[in-house]
Amino acid sequence: MWCGYRNLGVRLGRLCSSLLAPANTRHRSLTTCIDPSMGLNEEQKEFQKVAFDFAAREMAPNMAEWDQKEVFPVDVMRKAAQLGFGGVYVRTDVGGSGLSRLDTSVIFEALATGCTSTTAYISIHNMCAWMIDSFGSDEQRHKFCPPLCTMEKFASYCLTEPGSGSDAASLLTSAKRHGDHYILNGSKAFISGGGESDIYIVMCRTGGPGPKGISCIVVEKGTPGLSFGKKEKKVGWNSQPTRAVIFEDCAVPVAHRIGSEGQGFLIAMKGLNGGRINIASCSLGAAHASIILTRDHLKVRKQFGAPLANNQICNQALQMHGGYGYLKDYAVQQYMRDSRVHQILEGSNEVMRMLISRSLLQE
Amino acid sequence: MAELRALVGVKRVIDFAVKIRVKPDKSGVVTDGVKHSMNPFCEIAVEEAVRLKEKKLVKEVIAVSCGPSQCQETIRTALAMGADRGIHVEVPAAEAERLGPLQVARVLAKLAEKEKVNLVLLGKQAIDDDCNQTGQMTAGLLDWPQGTFASQVTLEGDKLKVEREIDGGLETIRLKLPAVVTADLRLNEPRYATLPNIMGAEVQSLGTGLQLELPWARLGEAERGLRQPLSQSSHVQKAKKKKIEVIKAGDLGVDLTSKISVVSVEDPPQRTAGVKVETTEDLVAKLREVGRI
Repeated sequence: MWCGYRNLGVRLGRLCSSLLAPANTRHRSLTTCIDPSMGLNEEQKEFQKVAFDFAAREMAPNMAEWDQKEVFPVDVMRKAAQLGFGGVYVRTDVGGSGLSRLDTSVIFEALATGCTSTTAYISIHNMCAWMIDSFGSDEQRHKFCPPLCTMEKFASYCLTEPGSGSDAASLLTSAKRHGDHYILNGSKAFISGGGESDIYIVMCRTGGPGPKGISCIVVEKGTPGLSFGKKEKKVGWNSQPTRAVIFEDCAVPVAHRIGSEGQGFLIAMKGLNGGRINIASCSLGAAHASIILTRDHLKVRKQFGAPLANNQICNQALQMHGGYGYLKDYAVQQYMRDSRVHQILEGSNEVMRMLISRSLLQE
Repeated sequence: MAELRALVGVKRVIDFAVKIRVKPDKSGVVTDGVKHSMNPFCEIAVEEAVRLKEKKLVKEVIAVSCGPSQCQETIRTALAMGADRGIHVEVPAAEAERLGPLQVARVLAKLAEKEKVNLVLLGKQAIDDDCNQTGQMTAGLLDWPQGTFASQVTLEGDKLKVEREIDGGLETIRLKLPAVVTADLRLNEPRYATLPNIMGAEVQSLGTGLQLELPWARLGEAERGLRQPLSQSSHVQKAKKKKIEVIKAGDLGVDLTSKISVVSVEDPPQRTAGVKVETTEDLVAKLREVGRI
């Protein structure tokens, strides 16, 4: 009954050979107690199914190679965009899928089981498209959003600078008005997609110090005065390039400013509000995939004559793989490495705790 | 040429990746809380029907499923892949367990006549019972020609050229329409549903006139703030509202009684150890001993 399946054979082959070649060979969770479709409505289950299928077939087989060779998987991401993943919570009149934040979380959580790093980039891209969709004029929305939703063009979010991370409002990149242009000077650090993206959403200072002096401007790749630093070598998130983005007397039309002058910080924070939920969803996806890998490993790995499943040694998935967990042949380490940065960006854990405590203390 | 109408049967089965467990009372396998999905061969059948529609050879693709209310999930997947509308033949869960190929074939035959379709597309077999009978029986009941185990389907005027995968190799036959075709693995690679297509499906129950609200309408004010209201968005009119009609087998005049009952379901026996022999003479003696030669 199982022999001769073709595309199914690839998935079934993974099932059968998961004992022999642990990396790139795992199936999605169907265990009742951690069934990710619990509590979802009919449509959300459908979205999730498509995202899981896409992750398993198009992303998971490639995630190790993308990580090792630092490949930015443009083709696969465009395939995802064809299914509607390019602008999941962007309005439909500019090519988005018009879904809710919850729907989006479900989708990113599922996609992240295929490749956490790539999904995280897709979520950043989505965040940028949403910012233009929500705060841009009709003209800007119709100009920038459609190619972003199809991923004909890729986007990057530029807030962090060498001197300002968590203290984002102290950013220094300046934008001085000259007639119908802003002249940008300064640099942004750690920009995901930097150098590859076509659209850069840049938070820069048009006014005085502090958040109220910041505006949000779209800068297109190829604009004179826009250049990039070297590609950073990272512990994880290797399927997306990270570079400094440098502005040297870079002239950008005033018509590219999203929202009004001084509204930029608000726009940036609203973007991150959604973005960090997406990142958290990606972490969940990574955790989910790790649990499945670990469960499979524990059933197989015997020490002291009995399967490890009989010994509840510890909680962490990589730990449970023992020495094998440390080898790049095993996928569990990539999930761990890719999701490690989720504790740092789009709101570091420390800042998040501060916001949570502030919110609680107000009650 | 787009005169053809296609009926595609889709079955909801336990997902292929699930580890099957037999119920302790041996009456069947555990299905509660277990992940189900569309039978993979049915997916291939839906894909073929949708491709024929895209080539403008088929005008309408109707997806049908028999069983309890969860079958609508399966029909919805077919709609998201591109089927135009769905028919859910509602059978309560207890009765549904006794549904076999003959009963389903009776339903499909009646529906094929009622909906005046020219082509019935099915998967070659379901991965839960492996019967490989429904397509053949449907053709028999309708007295239509059949092209089973299809690995390629081409329309030639009013005939269908079907390449079949058979034990001896590949066989090509020509069928006069209307006909029944069952899909084999290599017929095509099914597409992913897209988010817009998933959102296009809507359920309407004939009897109660129940209608689910569109996704946007379910949102609270806060979320709707950033989205255009239903009435103003021109895109709402573009999204197809695909309907699933719910009917009962009795309405079709089909008798679902089965003469087959399941006696017991058990795990296959555990593999026991083999025996090593030293010489060929020992081997022959052993084989004679167990009656193999």
